[in-house]
Amino acid sequence: MNLDIQVSDYENKSVAEVSGEVDVYTAAKLKETITPLAEQEDKRLIIDLSGVDYIDSTGLGIFIGALKASEKAGTSLTLTGLNARVKRLFEITGLHEVIDIDQAKREEA
Amino acid sequence: MAHQSELIEMKVPARPEYVGVVRLTVSGVANRLGYSYDDIEDIKIAIAEACTNVVNHAYPEQSVHASMHVSFAIFEDRLELVVADKGGAVDIEELNRGRGPITKDQPVEDLKEGGLGLFLIETLMDEVEIRSEDGVMIVMTKFLQRDEVDSNVDRTSEEPTKHQ
Repeated sequence: MNLDIQVSDYENKSVAEVSGEVDVYTAAKLKETITPLAEQEDKRLIIDLSGVDYIDSTGLGIFIGALKASEKAGTSLTLTGLNARVKRLFEITGLHEVIDIDQAKREEA
Repeated sequence: MAHQSELIEMKVPARPEYVGVVRLTVSGVANRLGYSYDDIEDIKIAIAEACTNVVNHAYPEQSVHASMHVSFAIFEDRLELVVADKGGAVDIEELNRGRGPITKDQPVEDLKEGGLGLFLIETLMDEVEIRSEDGVMIVMTKFLQRDEVDSNVDRTSEEPTKHQ
Protein backbone atom coordinates (compact mmCIF):
# COMPACT_ATOMS: atom_id res chain seq x y z
CA MET A 1 0.00 0.00 0.00
CA ASN A 2 2.15 2.79 -1.25
CA LEU A 3 1.59 6.02 -3.02
CA ASP A 4 4.32 7.93 -4.79
CA ILE A 5 3.96 11.40 -6.26
CA GLN A 6 6.57 13.11 -8.44
CA VAL A 7 5.97 16.75 -9.21
CA SER A 8 7.63 18.56 -12.13
CA ASP A 9 7.33 22.32 -12.47
CA TYR A 10 7.32 24.10 -15.82
CA GLU A 11 6.76 27.70 -16.84
CA ASN A 12 3.04 27.38 -17.38
CA LYS A 13 2.15 24.00 -15.96
CA SER A 14 2.75 21.55 -13.16
CA VAL A 15 2.81 17.84 -13.80
CA ALA A 16 2.14 15.40 -10.98
CA GLU A 17 2.94 11.78 -11.68
CA VAL A 18 1.03 9.57 -9.28
CA SER A 19 1.70 5.89 -8.81
CA GLY A 20 0.45 3.25 -6.41
CA GLU A 21 -2.90 2.91 -4.67
CA VAL A 22 -5.17 5.81 -3.80
CA ASP A 23 -7.45 4.95 -0.89
CA VAL A 24 -8.48 6.41 2.47
CA TYR A 25 -5.00 5.73 3.86
CA THR A 26 -2.92 7.29 1.10
CA ALA A 27 -5.43 10.02 0.20
CA ALA A 28 -4.13 12.57 2.70
CA LYS A 29 -0.71 12.56 1.06
CA LEU A 30 -2.23 13.00 -2.39
CA LYS A 31 -4.47 15.84 -1.24
CA GLU A 32 -1.58 17.64 0.50
CA THR A 33 0.46 17.54 -2.69
CA ILE A 34 -2.25 18.18 -5.27
CA THR A 35 -4.26 20.98 -3.65
CA PRO A 36 -1.50 23.64 -3.56
CA LEU A 37 -0.65 22.79 -7.19
CA ALA A 38 -4.28 23.23 -8.23
CA GLU A 39 -4.42 26.58 -6.43
CA GLN A 40 -1.56 28.08 -8.45
CA GLU A 41 -3.03 30.87 -10.54
CA ASP A 42 -0.66 30.89 -13.49
CA LYS A 43 -0.16 27.20 -14.00
CA ARG A 44 -2.42 24.52 -15.27
CA LEU A 45 -2.19 21.18 -13.55
CA ILE A 46 -1.72 17.84 -15.25
CA ILE A 47 -2.08 14.74 -13.14
CA ASP A 48 -0.61 11.62 -14.69
CA LEU A 49 -2.25 8.50 -13.31
CA SER A 50 -0.29 6.00 -15.43
CA GLY A 51 1.10 4.32 -12.34
CA VAL A 52 -2.18 4.13 -10.42
CA ASP A 53 -3.66 0.66 -10.25
CA TYR A 54 -6.27 1.21 -7.57
CA ILE A 55 -8.52 4.14 -6.79
CA ASP A 56 -11.83 4.50 -4.97
CA SER A 57 -14.22 7.29 -4.01
CA THR A 58 -11.75 8.88 -1.60
CA GLY A 59 -9.36 9.45 -4.49
CA LEU A 60 -12.14 10.64 -6.79
CA GLY A 61 -13.08 13.17 -4.10
CA ILE A 62 -9.56 14.58 -4.16
CA PHE A 63 -9.78 15.19 -7.90
CA ILE A 64 -13.14 16.89 -7.41
CA GLY A 65 -11.45 19.13 -4.83
CA ALA A 66 -8.56 19.82 -7.21
CA LEU A 67 -10.97 20.66 -10.02
CA LYS A 68 -12.77 23.17 -7.79
CA ALA A 69 -9.46 24.72 -6.72
CA SER A 70 -8.19 25.05 -10.29
CA GLU A 71 -11.44 26.62 -11.51
CA LYS A 72 -11.26 29.09 -8.63
CA ALA A 73 -7.68 29.91 -9.60
CA GLY A 74 -8.75 30.38 -13.22
CA THR A 75 -6.61 27.56 -14.54
CA SER A 76 -7.33 24.03 -15.68
CA LEU A 77 -6.95 20.48 -14.50
CA THR A 78 -6.25 17.56 -16.83
CA LEU A 79 -6.00 13.90 -15.90
CA THR A 80 -3.97 11.64 -18.12
CA GLY A 81 -2.74 8.05 -18.30
CA LEU A 82 -5.81 6.40 -16.76
CA ASN A 83 -5.86 2.63 -17.12
CA ALA A 84 -9.12 0.92 -18.12
CA ARG A 85 -10.18 0.21 -14.55
CA VAL A 86 -9.54 3.74 -13.31
CA LYS A 87 -11.24 5.23 -16.36
CA ARG A 88 -14.28 3.03 -15.80
CA LEU A 89 -14.66 4.42 -12.28
CA PHE A 90 -14.69 7.98 -13.62
CA GLU A 91 -17.35 6.93 -16.13
CA ILE A 92 -19.56 5.15 -13.60
CA THR A 93 -19.56 8.16 -11.31
CA GLY A 94 -20.07 10.64 -14.13
CA LEU A 95 -16.84 12.43 -13.24
CA HIS A 96 -15.56 12.08 -16.81
CA GLU A 97 -18.19 14.64 -17.81
CA VAL A 98 -16.82 17.34 -15.53
CA ILE A 99 -13.10 16.58 -15.39
CA ASP A 100 -10.91 16.87 -18.49
CA ILE A 101 -9.48 13.43 -19.18
CA ASP A 102 -6.76 13.09 -21.78
CA GLN A 103 -6.49 9.53 -23.00
CA ALA A 104 -3.33 10.18 -25.00
CA LYS A 105 -0.01 9.29 -23.50
CA ARG A 106 1.73 11.97 -21.59
CA GLU A 107 3.88 14.07 -23.90
CA GLU A 108 7.54 14.08 -23.03
CA ALA A 109 8.52 17.45 -21.72
CA MET B 1 -31.00 -23.03 -1.40
CA ALA B 2 -27.27 -23.18 -1.74
CA HIS B 3 -25.61 -24.13 1.50
CA GLN B 4 -22.91 -22.03 3.03
CA SER B 5 -19.66 -23.86 3.09
CA GLU B 6 -17.23 -21.36 4.52
CA LEU B 7 -17.21 -18.24 6.64
CA ILE B 8 -14.27 -15.92 7.09
CA GLU B 9 -14.42 -13.28 9.80
CA MET B 10 -12.12 -10.40 10.64
CA LYS B 11 -12.22 -7.73 13.30
CA VAL B 12 -9.84 -4.91 12.55
CA PRO B 13 -9.27 -1.43 13.96
CA ALA B 14 -11.42 1.19 12.21
CA ARG B 15 -8.40 3.06 10.91
CA PRO B 16 -7.37 4.05 7.37
CA GLU B 17 -4.30 1.80 7.30
CA TYR B 18 -6.46 -1.31 7.77
CA VAL B 19 -8.76 -0.68 4.81
CA GLY B 20 -6.03 -1.92 2.48
CA VAL B 21 -5.58 -5.03 4.60
CA VAL B 22 -9.27 -5.89 4.25
CA ARG B 23 -9.09 -5.13 0.53
CA LEU B 24 -6.14 -7.47 0.01
CA THR B 25 -7.88 -10.19 1.98
CA VAL B 26 -11.09 -10.05 -0.04
CA SER B 27 -9.00 -10.02 -3.19
CA GLY B 28 -7.37 -13.27 -2.14
CA VAL B 29 -10.69 -14.88 -1.22
CA ALA B 30 -12.44 -13.84 -4.45
CA ASN B 31 -9.46 -14.92 -6.51
CA ARG B 32 -9.53 -18.37 -4.93
CA LEU B 33 -13.23 -18.70 -5.73
CA GLY B 34 -12.64 -18.07 -9.41
CA TYR B 35 -14.05 -14.58 -9.85
CA SER B 36 -12.93 -12.72 -12.95
CA TYR B 37 -10.33 -9.97 -12.77
CA ASP B 38 -12.97 -7.27 -13.24
CA ASP B 39 -15.30 -8.75 -10.62
CA ILE B 40 -12.44 -8.94 -8.12
CA GLU B 41 -11.61 -5.29 -8.73
CA ASP B 42 -15.30 -4.39 -8.24
CA ILE B 43 -15.44 -6.36 -4.99
CA LYS B 44 -12.23 -4.70 -3.76
CA ILE B 45 -13.65 -1.23 -4.35
CA ALA B 46 -17.02 -2.09 -2.77
CA ILE B 47 -15.51 -3.45 0.44
CA ALA B 48 -13.05 -0.58 0.65
CA GLU B 49 -15.92 1.90 0.31
CA ALA B 50 -17.84 0.19 3.11
CA CYS B 51 -14.74 0.18 5.35
CA THR B 52 -13.95 3.79 4.47
CA ASN B 53 -17.43 4.78 5.63
CA VAL B 54 -16.79 3.12 8.98
CA VAL B 55 -13.37 4.77 9.31
CA ASN B 56 -14.70 8.22 8.43
CA HIS B 57 -18.13 8.28 10.03
CA ALA B 58 -18.86 5.52 12.52
CA TYR B 59 -16.90 6.53 15.57
CA PRO B 60 -15.89 9.70 17.38
CA GLU B 61 -12.27 10.57 16.67
CA GLN B 62 -9.64 8.87 18.82
CA SER B 63 -12.08 6.20 19.92
CA VAL B 64 -9.82 3.44 21.26
CA HIS B 65 -12.30 0.65 20.74
CA ALA B 66 -13.30 1.62 17.23
CA SER B 67 -13.32 -1.49 15.12
CA MET B 68 -14.95 -2.86 12.04
CA HIS B 69 -16.30 -6.35 11.71
CA VAL B 70 -15.83 -7.80 8.28
CA SER B 71 -17.06 -11.17 7.15
CA PHE B 72 -17.00 -13.06 3.89
CA ALA B 73 -19.65 -15.76 3.56
CA ILE B 74 -18.85 -18.11 0.73
CA PHE B 75 -21.82 -19.73 -0.97
CA GLU B 76 -21.81 -21.98 -3.97
CA ASP B 77 -23.10 -19.26 -6.27
CA ARG B 78 -22.11 -16.06 -4.51
CA LEU B 79 -19.91 -14.21 -2.08
CA GLU B 80 -21.64 -12.25 0.66
CA LEU B 81 -19.57 -9.50 2.24
CA VAL B 82 -20.62 -7.86 5.48
CA VAL B 83 -19.03 -4.77 6.99
CA ALA B 84 -20.41 -3.70 10.36
CA ASP B 85 -19.56 -1.17 13.02
CA LYS B 86 -20.78 -0.51 16.56
CA GLY B 87 -20.81 3.23 16.15
CA GLY B 88 -24.42 3.69 17.21
CA ALA B 89 -27.64 3.99 15.30
CA VAL B 90 -27.73 6.20 12.24
CA ASP B 91 -30.48 7.56 10.07
CA ILE B 92 -30.35 5.43 6.96
CA GLU B 93 -32.49 7.98 5.13
CA GLU B 94 -29.79 10.54 5.82
CA LEU B 95 -27.16 8.12 4.57
CA ASN B 96 -29.05 7.63 1.32
CA ARG B 97 -29.68 11.27 0.63
CA GLY B 98 -27.96 12.78 -2.34
CA ARG B 99 -26.53 9.53 -3.54
CA GLY B 100 -25.92 9.21 -7.23
CA PRO B 101 -23.58 9.95 -10.06
CA ILE B 102 -22.30 13.35 -11.04
CA THR B 103 -23.88 15.02 -14.06
CA LYS B 104 -22.37 17.67 -16.26
CA ASP B 105 -25.25 20.03 -15.46
CA GLN B 106 -23.96 20.49 -11.93
CA PRO B 107 -21.82 23.60 -11.44
CA VAL B 108 -18.30 22.59 -10.44
CA GLU B 109 -18.45 24.61 -7.21
CA ASP B 110 -21.47 22.55 -6.11
CA LEU B 111 -19.74 19.20 -6.52
CA LYS B 112 -19.18 17.34 -3.28
CA GLU B 113 -15.93 15.59 -2.48
CA GLY B 114 -17.74 12.80 -0.64
CA GLY B 115 -20.87 10.78 -1.14
CA LEU B 116 -19.82 8.62 -4.06
CA GLY B 117 -18.97 5.63 -1.88
CA LEU B 118 -22.45 4.18 -1.40
CA PHE B 119 -23.30 4.87 -5.01
CA LEU B 120 -20.25 2.89 -6.10
CA ILE B 121 -21.09 -0.01 -3.80
CA GLU B 122 -24.59 -0.26 -5.28
CA THR B 123 -23.27 -0.01 -8.82
CA LEU B 124 -20.46 -2.52 -8.47
CA MET B 125 -22.23 -5.21 -6.42
CA ASP B 126 -25.27 -7.30 -7.39
CA GLU B 127 -27.24 -6.88 -4.16
CA VAL B 128 -26.76 -4.39 -1.35
CA GLU B 129 -28.60 -4.14 1.94
CA ILE B 130 -27.99 -1.58 4.67
CA ARG B 131 -29.21 -2.18 8.22
CA SER B 132 -28.91 -0.04 11.30
CA GLU B 133 -29.09 -1.39 14.82
CA ASP B 134 -26.30 -0.48 17.22
CA GLY B 135 -24.30 0.59 14.21
CA VAL B 136 -24.40 0.28 10.47
CA MET B 137 -24.27 -3.09 8.78
CA ILE B 138 -23.85 -3.26 5.05
CA VAL B 139 -24.39 -6.56 3.29
CA MET B 140 -23.06 -6.82 -0.26
CA THR B 141 -23.48 -9.76 -2.60
CA LYS B 142 -21.61 -10.63 -5.76
CA PHE B 143 -22.71 -13.64 -7.75
CA LEU B 144 -20.18 -15.98 -9.27
CA GLN B 145 -20.44 -16.22 -13.04
CA ARG B 146 -20.64 -19.95 -13.71
CA ASP B 147 -18.79 -19.94 -17.00
CA GLU B 148 -15.85 -18.23 -15.41
CA VAL B 149 -15.46 -20.69 -12.57
CA ASP B 150 -12.04 -22.23 -12.40
CA SER B 151 -12.63 -25.96 -12.48
CA ASN B 152 -9.92 -26.74 -9.96
CA VAL B 153 -11.70 -24.80 -7.22
CA ASP B 154 -13.46 -27.25 -4.96
CA ARG B 155 -15.75 -25.49 -2.53
CA THR B 156 -18.46 -28.03 -1.91
CA SER B 157 -18.38 -30.96 0.43
CA GLU B 158 -20.96 -32.94 -1.49
CA GLU B 159 -18.41 -35.40 -2.72
CA PRO B 160 -16.16 -37.03 -0.19
CA THR B 161 -12.57 -36.00 -0.60
CA LYS B 162 -10.40 -38.82 -1.81
CA HIS B 163 -7.25 -39.27 0.15
CA GLN B 164 -4.26 -40.86 -1.44
